[in-house]
Amino acid sequence: MRYIARRLVIYAITLWAAISLNFLLPRLLPGNPADIMIAKLSRRGDVSDAQLESIRRLFGNPDASLWQQYLDYWGQLFQGDLGTSVQFYPSSVSSLIGSALPWSIGLVGVATVLSFIIGISLGMFAGWKRGTWVDHIVPSTTLLQSLPYFWVAMVLIYFFARENEWFPRTDGYDIWTFNNTEWSWAFAGSVIYHGILPAITIIISSVGGWLLGMRNMMVSTMGEDYVVTAEAKGLKKGRIMRTYGARNAMLPSIAGIGVSLGFVVSGFVVMEQVFSYPGIGKLMIEGVEGNDYALMQGVFLVITLTVLAAMFITDLVYGLIDPRARQNA
Amino acid sequence: MPDLLTHAPDPVDPGEAADAREDERHIKRHVNGKFLIGAAVLTFMILFAIFGPMIAQFDPRISGDNPVLAPPDSTYWMGTTSLGHDVFSQMATGARTSLLIGVIAGLIAVTLSILFGVVAGYVGGVTDEVLTLIIGVMLVIPGLPLTIVISSAVPGRSGLLVAVILGITGWAGAAVVLRSQAQSLRNRDYVAASRIAGENPFRVIGVEVLPNLLPLLTGQFLFGVIFAILGEAGLSYLGLGPTGSISWGTILNDANSGYALQSGAWWWFLPPGIAVALVGMSLALINFAVDEVINPKLRSAPLEARRLRKAKAEKKAIAKADKQAAKDEKKAEAQA
Repeated sequence: MRYIARRLVIYAITLWAAISLNFLLPRLLPGNPADIMIAKLSRRGDVSDAQLESIRRLFGNPDASLWQQYLDYWGQLFQGDLGTSVQFYPSSVSSLIGSALPWSIGLVGVATVLSFIIGISLGMFAGWKRGTWVDHIVPSTTLLQSLPYFWVAMVLIYFFARENEWFPRTDGYDIWTFNNTEWSWAFAGSVIYHGILPAITIIISSVGGWLLGMRNMMVSTMGEDYVVTAEAKGLKKGRIMRTYGARNAMLPSIAGIGVSLGFVVSGFVVMEQVFSYPGIGKLMIEGVEGNDYALMQGVFLVITLTVLAAMFITDLVYGLIDPRARQNA
Repeated sequence: MPDLLTHAPDPVDPGEAADAREDERHIKRHVNGKFLIGAAVLTFMILFAIFGPMIAQFDPRISGDNPVLAPPDSTYWMGTTSLGHDVFSQMATGARTSLLIGVIAGLIAVTLSILFGVVAGYVGGVTDEVLTLIIGVMLVIPGLPLTIVISSAVPGRSGLLVAVILGITGWAGAAVVLRSQAQSLRNRDYVAASRIAGENPFRVIGVEVLPNLLPLLTGQFLFGVIFAILGEAGLSYLGLGPTGSISWGTILNDANSGYALQSGAWWWFLPPGIAVALVGMSLALINFAVDEVINPKLRSAPLEARRLRKAKAEKKAIAKADKQAAKDEKKAEAQA
């Protein structure tokens, strides 16, 4: 219990700091961002009253003290009010995020879990086969890890959507057949079909990390005395590999998958842009391109909260599966 | 498992000693292999960054009367872009930008991770609590989005500024690793002795603690550089990289906005990604070698497994030979 309480306090402070940073960021940047923004907008045409209002609300009333602005910010936050988007006026930022979030979580979440399963299995095998030819292949996974993931996306598009038109190039579903998202088998099929290339991108660029981490832990674990004991007892090889080796070697990877799932929303921002995938990443870039500070801040907040929540859950789970973590805290 | 027992060190057996020597050689060759490939690729990329722009035949920014979207040939080694820029010249100039930003950002990240991680782990107490909290906040705030937000708000970014932004958003992970290591070093006898001898804390950290963290720091620095080069590529791809300069990321950005994918100009978008991947791989391979130096288990375990397998194979061979001998004997007896 003490463990959980202690973690809770740390997370509460982190949460407060992250939200405060989110509040301060536009105000800390050089120049008066509100003025810069109004200037930018008016260069493109007339600034509507609504936009001015949105900007003023975002940066707070310039006459009020910073402290007052800070309190107002928290007040709005507690009402779930993230402001109004300038780019997609008059949509509210929360509704925009709400419609983009499922796309990111669905695609990146599924792909991350797949990548984890593949990587852990291969890593377990590579660790088990230590001292054989497999050792020479393992370092080559570093090449996979070093690929810029959005470039992988471009290459996949080039080979599998342009040279061979097997997969669609962009979007999360067939926008010509379906006017809007709907609950039907045909739509689900379209979503899966459009998700294949993005998912492969994610798997290619993240599987190497899981493999390498698992392999190294597996190699260390197989050297432990209890594994030797298990061998001496004459247990079946499969049992030693899975129950004695992999189960223990997996602990750091489980912490890793928790953190990775936290970055589901934000980890593949640029890839979403390449595929024009309607997720949080694309929304954020659109906010950036349109100087939509309210949208940017809102997306940023959601991303931070997701990471924080995922880390917290991982912490709890880790405490459950590894008693040592409980004791050390 | 009798072979487990006989596997125990038996230095009198000359055959096994020879095996051990051979294995020892094998380790060295193995480690050096990774390190050598990594170092060779890295050296090649650095030389490319230094001398590439000198041997390039064209100005990367001036298209002149170059053909548009020409595939690679003897004049345009990596082809041309849709505006007629020579891709090779752009790659060479971009190498300087990308590598420099990577190294500067990596240095900043490592310095910050030392300042926060090592100090937190070494000093402990309230300082540790506060610094750990800061590390935690930086860890939770996702780097790339923060970088995007900062970059988008700063007009006219120099390469240095981009490197600083990448550096200050990418140090938290390394700080966590360094903190736990510094914590364990703090309790070693020689550090305690130095403290009791009345050395000031800066000297203890500088002379006793940091040198022992060096392998770890190297690894974190290498990852910092990879992270920064990838980050710069991503930022530039979004058009948020250093303004006015050419980097591998900006080439990808140009390729995207110049419809390289649609027009099948593979020579335009393939090289930057491959270059980034090669640099990343070379640094990761070097880190691999460093890892095996600081974690002997990674080195010894495959070796032991190999020895064990060899012993088993030998046992099998001996058993087979015995069987064969017994058979032959029987045959001989029968014949007699």
